[in-house]
Amino acid sequence: MSKPKFAMYWAASCGGCEIAVLNIDEKVLDLDANFDVAFWPAAMDAKYKDVEAMEDESILVTLFNGSIRTDENEHLAKLLRRKSKILVAFGSCANEGCIPGLANLSPREQIFERAYESPSTENPNHLRPQAACQVPEGTLTLPPLQAVIRTLDQVVEVDYHVPGCPPESHQIAAILDVLIQVVKGEAELPPKGAVLGAGNSTVCDECARKRDVKVIDKLSRIQELPQLNTTDCLLEQGLLCAGPATRSGCNSRCPNVGAPCIGCYGAAPGVLDQGARLMTAIASVVDANEPEAIDRVLNGIPDPAGSFYRFSLAHSLLRANREALAEEP
Amino acid sequence: MTDNSKPESQERIGVYVCHCGTNIAGVVDVESVARFAAEDLKDRGVVLARDYTFMCSVAGQELIEQDIHEQQLTRVVVAACSPHLHEKTFRGVCERSGVNPYLSEMASIREHVAWVHTDKAAATAKAKAIVSGTVERVLKNDPLEAIRVPIDAQTLVVGGGIAGIQAALEVAEAGYEVVLVEREASLGGHMAQFDKTFPTLDCAACILTPKMAAAGSHPKIHLFTWSEVEKVEGFVGNYTVTVKKKPRYVDEDVCTGCGICVEKCPVLVVDDKFEAGIGYRKAIYWPFAQAVPNLPVLDPDTCTYYVGGKGGCKACEKFCPTVPNSIKFDQKEERVTLRVGNIVLATGWDLFDARRIPQYGYGRLPNVFTNLELERMCNAAGPTGGKVVMRDGKSTPETVGIVHCVGSRDRTYNRHCSAICCMQSLKTAHLVKERTGAEVYNFYIDIRTPGKEYDEFYQRVLDDGIHFVRGKVAEITDIPFDPAEASRNGAGTLYVQVEDTLAGMQRRIPVDMVVLSAGLEPRRDSAEVGKTFGIACSSNGWFIEKHAKMDPIATMTEGVFIAGCAAGPKDIPASVSQGSAAAARVLNYIRQGELALEPVRASVLAEQCSGCRLCNGLCPFNAISFDAARKVTEINAALCQGCGTCVAACPAGAIQGTGFSNAQLFAQIEGLLRDFSRVPEVV
Repeated sequence: MSKPKFAMYWAASCGGCEIAVLNIDEKVLDLDANFDVAFWPAAMDAKYKDVEAMEDESILVTLFNGSIRTDENEHLAKLLRRKSKILVAFGSCANEGCIPGLANLSPREQIFERAYESPSTENPNHLRPQAACQVPEGTLTLPPLQAVIRTLDQVVEVDYHVPGCPPESHQIAAILDVLIQVVKGEAELPPKGAVLGAGNSTVCDECARKRDVKVIDKLSRIQELPQLNTTDCLLEQGLLCAGPATRSGCNSRCPNVGAPCIGCYGAAPGVLDQGARLMTAIASVVDANEPEAIDRVLNGIPDPAGSFYRFSLAHSLLRANREALAEEP
Repeated sequence: MTDNSKPESQERIGVYVCHCGTNIAGVVDVESVARFAAEDLKDRGVVLARDYTFMCSVAGQELIEQDIHEQQLTRVVVAACSPHLHEKTFRGVCERSGVNPYLSEMASIREHVAWVHTDKAAATAKAKAIVSGTVERVLKNDPLEAIRVPIDAQTLVVGGGIAGIQAALEVAEAGYEVVLVEREASLGGHMAQFDKTFPTLDCAACILTPKMAAAGSHPKIHLFTWSEVEKVEGFVGNYTVTVKKKPRYVDEDVCTGCGICVEKCPVLVVDDKFEAGIGYRKAIYWPFAQAVPNLPVLDPDTCTYYVGGKGGCKACEKFCPTVPNSIKFDQKEERVTLRVGNIVLATGWDLFDARRIPQYGYGRLPNVFTNLELERMCNAAGPTGGKVVMRDGKSTPETVGIVHCVGSRDRTYNRHCSAICCMQSLKTAHLVKERTGAEVYNFYIDIRTPGKEYDEFYQRVLDDGIHFVRGKVAEITDIPFDPAEASRNGAGTLYVQVEDTLAGMQRRIPVDMVVLSAGLEPRRDSAEVGKTFGIACSSNGWFIEKHAKMDPIATMTEGVFIAGCAAGPKDIPASVSQGSAAAARVLNYIRQGELALEPVRASVLAEQCSGCRLCNGLCPFNAISFDAARKVTEINAALCQGCGTCVAACPAGAIQGTGFSNAQLFAQIEGLLRDFSRVPEVV
């Protein structure tokens, strides 16, 4: 009997998710032993036309990482949806837009300006990427940039979600184990729409630091603090830690070594908008009534969008800048 | 987005649009709103929609009841006023008709629409959007049951002034136990300091002390004087309070109140509390002669024994005739824990400190007095034996100026009117005139005498030949304007500089003595006291009533009532009435035996709570606690008032607000937005 097919694809992403999969070490051999890797551009050569030639739903599972930034991303999302039985939004980009999603704060023209016209860029002829370009050999094409970044589930139906930037390798290994069991008929698939490889609470649940009632009168960046104690809650020490509003599952990696959580595991279960949640939570424990005191707290957050929506902007209630959204077809 | 084509469910919703006379119908096209609900919201489960003049009237309510029976309505939306006013009314209608009361919702198209818009078309469109949102919301409502809690029949009254005494007596007379806690050593409050009461001029002590004595000896009233409430836990019907008893250094069980200790104490100190700084007391003393309980209190800050590092004197102990000796130099602070069902806060007021207005010279110019000093002076039992004299203690003033509104109705100090100062100043004017024959000037901004027979008293004082100058006093000084003024008036004359706004001229009136009618201020610690009892203060510090007009005795915390000046300046009759009213509310609760609480409560989903403790300090009702062993936050459902603060704050979405679920709120928003495109641009 032939092995079930496995695919992994990267859309607008950094490649970290791919590395996280490889970080499961020898476990990757189990993947090979139980699956036929049909399509995985980062690991082996393959052509889109080969995928297009496959029968619909012939791939058992596709791990899709990266968000939808270009027409090519969208095409692959739709193609892999059609060809896969199980489509997994894998990693923060596919689930909530992640860092690339912050580009949604700017309309396309501003993005190009930043990339091709900034003072540090050498571009005397003001060249811009074109969708199509005539050269002596013929027409060259590039997939056009879409108006806003979208998450995978804003483009196609998604079966499961694996959060994290990137997902923790021990969680990936555990998911793989379940998949293999399912293939062998030893386990059932989790209910559709489930979040895999994460907890049901928030990062604080796994954080070893001591927590008390919170009152914030000043927020600082980590480099501004003379000293950080190793035992107490980082938020209580004046760092904007996203842990309280971020889904558990990472074993509180960052806070446990003294770096505030930046929120990569996304919103807690049932929460629609992680940034809004974190913002209201922080605001409710800020002890400031006078304008100066309020300013002092606000000055500790020099980049509010990047602090509260670092990972989740594209999937938030606001999604994007109004001008950018207006360009959406 | 909501799919318009599919009916949500088999729910049968009735929508009722109230005209509220012309309150709503004057701005909103109510028939059009009803038509919209009946036609455009049919697919959302609306089976009928009506508009009616007054939905809250008996006929209006019967209309709904009839429809529930005849049309088998399962949910009800009333588009009318704010739910604050009539939510209970329409929930009652549902309950009577066999529909769970929480399956009804109100759409506020009066406060949120009619009263804030003038453009009829836009207002009507907005009313439709609000109705649409409310219909979506009511579809997501769950049937809820009220929470029932038993009521402890013992009542705590905090503050032993006239309002607190009245409340305590009323509850005790009805046969229920009362704990009366007073911060000072005796009951009586401010009223005990007064000489005469306006407008009848009956002696304050004569009408107050019988009540004090009655409260002091009532078998149902447990008196804690020289004590303060330190902690309040629990919820309506089931409060546990911790009372701190400050050491009196006198054994309450043994002391007979014979007073020999007071007589023999060699230390005389200025009494800046009861005698307002113009009289003296001993180091061991009664606050005043008729103190209740009749027990002295020893002041360790002035007692020779304590000041000398616990050595010497002990005259009080030596002469104490009781066996065992009543003087207890080693008495310690004590804490008593009590269970009570209801709490009446009658914590009173503080006098505005006239030193804060330097141009009036109080504390600097010897013959500038406060009204409270004058009260003590006029009192036959006071330091001057009832004689009105200047600061030297002997000379009688020939001219006296009384300044109204000191620290009141003044942007710099307090914007509020202290309510009693006009009458008090008129009374002082009358007493001064009567006792000294002096020329008396009243400097006032407006005379406010709205009480029963108050204005008659004002007319009487006018007839007394007392002068009235309408104007805010700019300055009181003892420095003459020029040598001519100095030679016209004796040394030590005070000059009152005032713009006489009726005569339209500046005046400078020389007087011997000035009395400042200092206003009433909230207790300096009212914010902390409010926090202890879980009730709120306004920005200026008065306790906030549940509804300023319709529920002035209750607070937003069930089972905590306010009476007297704690909620704002009042005269004696008003304070007494509020004491009685608070008692009536308490008795109402006690007689019910158990209470039905709103089931709108917050609750924690323990498996989602990470124990981050962000919410722990936020609850205004002290309903949140942290289980350190399980590392999760818990909410006491009976303490919770359903305000939603923690629900909004929880970063993990682990706190749910019954009746305000995400599903309900997002459905409401979707309903609102569904019709948003119909709202014309409002410029």
